[in-house]
Amino acid sequence: MRRISLTFLPLLVLAAGIVVGAHAASAKTTLALVAYSTPKDAYAKIIPAFESTAAGKDVSFTQSYGASGDQARAVGAGLSADLVALSLEPDVSTLVKKGIVPSNWNQNSYHGMVTDSVVVFVVRDGNPKKIHTWADLTKSGVQVITPNPFTSGGARWNVMAAYGAQRAQGKTDKQAIDYLKKLFKNVPVLPKSAREATQVFASGKGDVLLTYENEAIYANKKGVHTEYVLPKQTILIENPVALTKNGLKHSEAKAFLKFLWSSKAQKLFGDTGYRPVLKSVAKSAKYKYPKPKSLFTINSKSLGLRGWKSVQFRFFDHSSGIMVKVIGH
Amino acid sequence: MATNPAVPVSRPGAVANRAGGALARGIAVGYLSVVVLVPLAALIWASRADGAATFWDEITKPEAAAALKLTLVAALVVAAFNAFTGTAIAWVLVRDSFKGQGMFNAVIDLPFALPTIVAGLVLLELYGPNSPFGVDLAFQRAGLIMALLFVTLPFVVRAVQPVLLELDRDMEEAAESLGARRLAVFRRIVFPNLLPAILSGVALAFARAVGEFGAVVLISGNVPFKTEVSSVYISGQIESDNPTGAAAVSVVLLAISLAVLLAIGAFRHWRTRHDR
Amino acid sequence: MIAKYALRFGALGYLLFLLLVPVGLVFYRTFEHGLQPAWEAVTTPQALHALWLTLLIAAIAVPANTVFGVVLAIALVRHRFPGRGLVNAIVDLPLALSPVVVGLALYLLYGTGGWLGGLADHGMKILFALPGMILATIFISLPFVVREVVPVLREIGTDQEQAAETLGASPFTTFRRITLPAIRWAVCYGVVLTTARAIGEFGAVSIVSGRIEGKTETLPLYVQSQFEGFNTTGAFAASVVLALIAIFTVLAMRLFRPKEGI
Repeated sequence: MRRISLTFLPLLVLAAGIVVGAHAASAKTTLALVAYSTPKDAYAKIIPAFESTAAGKDVSFTQSYGASGDQARAVGAGLSADLVALSLEPDVSTLVKKGIVPSNWNQNSYHGMVTDSVVVFVVRDGNPKKIHTWADLTKSGVQVITPNPFTSGGARWNVMAAYGAQRAQGKTDKQAIDYLKKLFKNVPVLPKSAREATQVFASGKGDVLLTYENEAIYANKKGVHTEYVLPKQTILIENPVALTKNGLKHSEAKAFLKFLWSSKAQKLFGDTGYRPVLKSVAKSAKYKYPKPKSLFTINSKSLGLRGWKSVQFRFFDHSSGIMVKVIGH
Repeated sequence: MATNPAVPVSRPGAVANRAGGALARGIAVGYLSVVVLVPLAALIWASRADGAATFWDEITKPEAAAALKLTLVAALVVAAFNAFTGTAIAWVLVRDSFKGQGMFNAVIDLPFALPTIVAGLVLLELYGPNSPFGVDLAFQRAGLIMALLFVTLPFVVRAVQPVLLELDRDMEEAAESLGARRLAVFRRIVFPNLLPAILSGVALAFARAVGEFGAVVLISGNVPFKTEVSSVYISGQIESDNPTGAAAVSVVLLAISLAVLLAIGAFRHWRTRHDR
Repeated sequence: MIAKYALRFGALGYLLFLLLVPVGLVFYRTFEHGLQPAWEAVTTPQALHALWLTLLIAAIAVPANTVFGVVLAIALVRHRFPGRGLVNAIVDLPLALSPVVVGLALYLLYGTGGWLGGLADHGMKILFALPGMILATIFISLPFVVREVVPVLREIGTDQEQAAETLGASPFTTFRRITLPAIRWAVCYGVVLTTARAIGEFGAVSIVSGRIEGKTETLPLYVQSQFEGFNTTGAFAASVVLALIAIFTVLAMRLFRPKEGI
């Protein structure tokens, strides 16, 4: 019996020490933020900025980051959330369908979108394989890294950018889908999130990574030896944030949501590689990003993009979506 | 005063003992149910939630079937490899004698005690793109095999060691004094005694390799059809919001685990045949 | 003669390259840039909370499995009852079952739409919260105390216990003064194994945790999240902490190991 307590005693002492040391003074309200994989750095700056305002004085946050589709699924399965910051609208829509997010979540002048970005090509320093266009991605011997569209939001933006780019160059719907098939033949592995895809690319796998512009900037900041190419045709990425029905119960959550569109928060988004949506910030010299020659959106009807509702079903439905055939060997 | 077991003992202590026994069994079964049985029942239920046809589809889908095949083949290869290396290591630790032997003996348990994600991380550092040796086994089956070899290391060693320790050396010495060569002695006298223990260890190693997740998830790169094993596939299905598919493949793994346990039981039965 | 040395160096070489060098490398990489960055990485609030959470979960799961492990062992050895073989198989199952399957089973049971999914609506959050992680840890670390105690109980036989019963001792007294002292080293060894398995758990917990930083992130999960976020120093430093706990465990295993092995 003595030996059992001997084994446990140091562990208990350690645990006690950590308990005493690690518990900060508890705040009055704790808000749960569930987000997709890449904005962690941004919220690491924005949350303290909010907490230093009058509205955020007694607020603390718990945060969870992961692949957008995966996080939406988790919230649907019971993960507590007051705010969801996801990669694309359909992931919020699934939560509306499940009764977790109110249906009027996007009734503001920004349609619920808090940041913008574009799809870019990340390549090795010096671009040794000379990748500049979407056509270069389907060349033989080129390995393309993109996350799994069935778990990652970034992956779906990549797919629609690829499709839209073909349509923007005058190709038909069928030709654009054929392009997707050719593209995914060059994809050796499908990491589950955009952040994990960056990790895979940074570890040496692949010649080009398809990802958000903000993630390319993040990778550079973290010292990964890459550069990025802004393709001639690309899609405007718009990332939504929504309050859940739980979140609506807290005025602090509403205040935080409002704060995300303030000049201060938008500048912090800009600092971490996002394209701000607040016009006054987006126009300023510091946050002026290069404009792609042919920038389209998910609502560019002329290119066959009729909004996420129809695209999500047509391309990404688990059983009948086009991507099931494109990816399945 | 001899106690006749056929006659119920009617002392208060005995009655309380039987009542206490029933209570203990009840608590034990309740605990097992809450912790193990009910969750597994929920799993099996979910796998058939969309019907038997869907269940079959989910486990025969190309990616699922490829993952299952890779899982079983890799586990078999690793288990078989361990049969040799595990026996050899056990031999060196029991029959040999050298400085530092104690440390090597202790180290065998490390793969058991180390979290699998840490094992994966260290193997990735040593044999992945940042390898100081210049090899790069990441995203390849070789990386997968290395990870599985790491986590299955202790099983055969620890199964064989006690048997080797207890083995009566008389027969071996007699055979050697009669002129038999070392290898023949091993093959005909030692090995048959070790076989049940080796097989038990191999079965445990196989089961562990089939289910391994943490060590594999970093170095193998989870490339579908190439290095994606079933545990990673299941995790991906959960994340893709296909719990039925995940449950279906999980039920297959569950069946494999039960089969391995049956096998281990059979080996134990065989090994203790002389004691009955 | 050559065979002996070939075997020795072969076996030791295998252990060296598969086991010792990788673990040694992680220590090297952690302290490559000095003690200070590693210390800072492992004392961030998030890392400290992850360590605390890991230890807390073990502090609950291990005693539970110890108490019930002893009760189960006694029930399995001392009492004949229908379904004994089945109970035996269930106890051993966590040894052979993939942790991902364990995590999925709990996810399906306690998630929205599961049989016990309604608990969450009544304020009892199991999934994506501490209770779910504890249940997962209990599941995967269940067998060890039972498996260690059962052979000892079999070996010592019932003579002493029956003698005590004949002399009028209550079952509890018999347990306390005869059974327990006889099995205590087996229990110790089982506790060490259970603790090691509980602290090192990754697969099952990663499915049921929800990845809430500073709330449901254990130290192994923290290692993964740091690695994915390009904070390799943080990942390695946390790995070193876990490796040190593992080494401590291995030494404890050596101390308490019964002569017959695992």
